[in-house]
Amino acid sequence: MTTFDPSRRKFIQTTAVSGGAVVAARLTTEAEARSVLQPKQVTEPAKVDILLRVNGSEHRLMVDPRMTLLDALRERLQLTGSKKGCDQGQCGACTVIVDGRRIVSCLTLAVMQEGHDIITIEGLGTPTNLHPMQAAFIKHDGYQCGFCTPGQICSAVAMLDEVKAGVPSHVTADLTRSPEMNTIEFRERMSGNICRCGAYSNIQEAIAEVVGERA
Amino acid sequence: MRGFNYERANSIAEAVAKAAHIKGAKFIAGGTNLVDLMKIQVETPTYLIDINDLGLDKIETNPEGGLRIGALVRNTDLAANDHVRRDYGVLSRALLAGASGQLRNQATTAGNLLQRTRCPYFYDTNMPCNKREPGTGCSAIGGYSRQHAIVGVSDSCIATHPSDMAIAMRVLDATVETMRPNGLTRTIPIAQFHKLPENTPHIEHTLEPGELITAVTLPKPVGGTQIYRKVRDRASYAFALISVAAIVQRDGTGRVALGGVAHKPWRVEAAERDMSRGAKALTAGLLANSHTTHDNAFKVLLVERTIASVLNEAKG
Repeated sequence: MTTFDPSRRKFIQTTAVSGGAVVAARLTTEAEARSVLQPKQVTEPAKVDILLRVNGSEHRLMVDPRMTLLDALRERLQLTGSKKGCDQGQCGACTVIVDGRRIVSCLTLAVMQEGHDIITIEGLGTPTNLHPMQAAFIKHDGYQCGFCTPGQICSAVAMLDEVKAGVPSHVTADLTRSPEMNTIEFRERMSGNICRCGAYSNIQEAIAEVVGERA
Repeated sequence: MRGFNYERANSIAEAVAKAAHIKGAKFIAGGTNLVDLMKIQVETPTYLIDINDLGLDKIETNPEGGLRIGALVRNTDLAANDHVRRDYGVLSRALLAGASGQLRNQATTAGNLLQRTRCPYFYDTNMPCNKREPGTGCSAIGGYSRQHAIVGVSDSCIATHPSDMAIAMRVLDATVETMRPNGLTRTIPIAQFHKLPENTPHIEHTLEPGELITAVTLPKPVGGTQIYRKVRDRASYAFALISVAAIVQRDGTGRVALGGVAHKPWRVEAAERDMSRGAKALTAGLLANSHTTHDNAFKVLLVERTIASVLNEAKG
């Protein structure tokens, strides 16, 4: 239980579940409001004290267990680079890198990520010290509106590590061999990042440039 | 999202005991098909038991010459495993045909088996759905049903199982290992794991309340040419219209399982005797008693043609 949760807020939370403003107006006390709730419904989840390691810094947070990693990053740590596109795991705009692997931060809870190393777009590079993938996106215009870009870049960086580690893909011809570093592979592997502006060809050029530089 | 309390489990025994004891409790692992359903309140657990720390993330060979895959092995790791790539290619291919790179990094082996349907009416809480709210009716019957099942359907539900991995597990005769709330383990053949909708489409598998999948085991490799062919509206990152998982031996015999056609991975062992007679005969046996709608009748021919293509590829 938290110490800063004022009773008025508790009351609003409770009544919101019990059926809305009409019911709430007739009830005079919080105890009465509680009594009409279905017994199994958890109206006030116990907050959880977590330590999140993001971009190399540790943050102690008290979070509602419902809070996704994405919301914790954006709303609590003000790391608004990771974007909330669909909030359903379909668009990839919220992609971050956890323990070296890309995931969608909207489909994992902040409480589940304690003890893990989280890298967001803010941790890849800075305006004065860009990550090679960020520089390549700028050079090749790998965006129009920019909304999907942080997710695209985080995804692309971790995607190249997957190819290097030998993880096959749907288009890898021979499963018994290491996958190749080519555009056919990159396009398939980036299918989890949707770009509404359709900057895909420029995104692919940016990725190819980074691979060329590394080779 | 409805409120719930959260706890990380420290042992399998503790996790199953708690799950059986607390009404409305659910396990969470990858979360990729639980968190999204919780957001739209199709899933409303009161208690989440996080099982990510239970050490169920290993792939080991077993004494029978098969493979024991921990329940928490991520889809990426299973697809990339050397044993799987060499001896169970159909499984690797099925995994790689599913979802996106990000989701495969999160999703687990057991969670993949327990995916809920992608029927749009199941997701739309404004519409009747017997699976989401038993007794309210089925909106897909008489509705938009292009994605829906064509075999094993009932008057209550025509939803499909969305998994690619499960289709490969079915053709490989996998076994599901579990621990029950009483602390005893059991094994469930994959053929008996998923259920047809009948008049209880909200019951999708044979697990008891609180029972936890601990591993999925594969029998020793059967060789053959292993193919997973998924037909979908986009070339990547889309659910199957239909899919074919096949293992074809040199003499033309083999096995086949279908995805996207039923409430569970669809395999008819008796029909496999007709594999050497070609796609038409095999499909007739697989889809005997099919029950299509105006929207999804095309799937019958699509299955036949996809099987023909797969058998042709297997000939080399």
